[in-house]
Amino acid sequence: MNDLWGLFVTAAFVDNMPLTLFLGLCTFLALSKRPEAALGLGVAMTGVLGVTVPLNHLIYQGLLAPGAWAWAGLPELDLSYLSLIAFIGVIAASVQFLEMVLDRFFPAIHAAFGVFLPLLTVQCAILAGSLFMVERSYTLAQSAVFGLGSGVGFAVAVAMLGAIRTRLAYADLPDGLRGLGIAFVLAGLMSLGFASFAQMAAAQ
Amino acid sequence: MEKRTDLWGTLTDPLIRQNPVTLQILGICSALAVTTTLATAVTMSISLTVVLTLAAGFVSVIRRHIPDTIRLIVQIVIVASLVIVIDQILQAYFAEISRALSVYVGLITTNCLVLGRTEAFARHHRPLPAMVDAFGNGLGYSLILIVIGGLRELFGKGELFGIQVLPLADAGGWFTPLSLMLLAPSAFFLLGLLVWAIRSLLPQQVEAREHTPPLRTEPAE
Repeated sequence: MNDLWGLFVTAAFVDNMPLTLFLGLCTFLALSKRPEAALGLGVAMTGVLGVTVPLNHLIYQGLLAPGAWAWAGLPELDLSYLSLIAFIGVIAASVQFLEMVLDRFFPAIHAAFGVFLPLLTVQCAILAGSLFMVERSYTLAQSAVFGLGSGVGFAVAVAMLGAIRTRLAYADLPDGLRGLGIAFVLAGLMSLGFASFAQMAAAQ
Repeated sequence: MEKRTDLWGTLTDPLIRQNPVTLQILGICSALAVTTTLATAVTMSISLTVVLTLAAGFVSVIRRHIPDTIRLIVQIVIVASLVIVIDQILQAYFAEISRALSVYVGLITTNCLVLGRTEAFARHHRPLPAMVDAFGNGLGYSLILIVIGGLRELFGKGELFGIQVLPLADAGGWFTPLSLMLLAPSAFFLLGLLVWAIRSLLPQQVEAREHTPPLRTEPAE
């Protein structure tokens, strides 16, 4: 149990997706102009990551991993090179499914997300969650916790950046730095802050 | 002649003026993650440019046969197949760099730059202009990656392509490596400053204010 909690904290803070691993930066920067939108994106990310990583784990272990077809008399069959296409398919399908469920049962939330949901299909952070799961060979429970943790970390980071960018209205920035430039510098400063979590993890 | 200048413009526009990374906010994830050394940055640039150009070509060739409703899936499958090929080649011939790039080669699949160009340009143009545009965007992306990768490796380790350029203080030279350059924050700072530099040269790229402060009301006595 303790291990899982540790994994959750690591995924959320130490290996923070946008700030330490540079994943999902496109949406991270594009949708952090307003805190409400940023929070919506964070929640959607958590949901999708929490579903797709364990699902992809089942598919990878059951169908694609080397030796997965041993029960059918094909022990040498190694389909792991197909994992990219399989993962993308699962992600696209789950995003579509999530959108339909929200539309049917929670129209208010669905309206709040607007266009972000379909965009999540091509979010690198989500695909990376599944790829890291394979690379680090997590178990099913671990991959679920890892997915949720990464999503929470993303949500925290994007909400914080959104809040800071709103406050920038009071800052007198040079023209060239306004918008994207200052967003990068802010992300860099936040990344410095998150680097201290890595120090804490190393100290333990 | 007219035609040729058009193609030339399509090729050179994305280099600085319409740069995919600094202006269109496309493909940033990988641009920052793989730039700790110049060698990985160059490998990533080449892989992305190849995938982007080929994907644009394929999408453009079959553009009349793709039903509008499933076009995203078709495009992603094309891109993913190309990425798998590149990944297998890297693993076979450049095992060390492939390990350094970790999952980021696979992530070319979801690189918004690739999908953005196939979706915005290749879908509506004939194969030649589509591939030229894709190649130009690939070069623009590579330019940023190589600049940042070069700066980070030069100041972080005093090396370029693994060859010692600045003599290190430890080895009797004068240069003390800035280890912050190898960590995540410096990549953000460098890219932010690069965006600032480009926009100072090209003021038409400056963005409008995102928020305006509420009007100040006079304090009540």
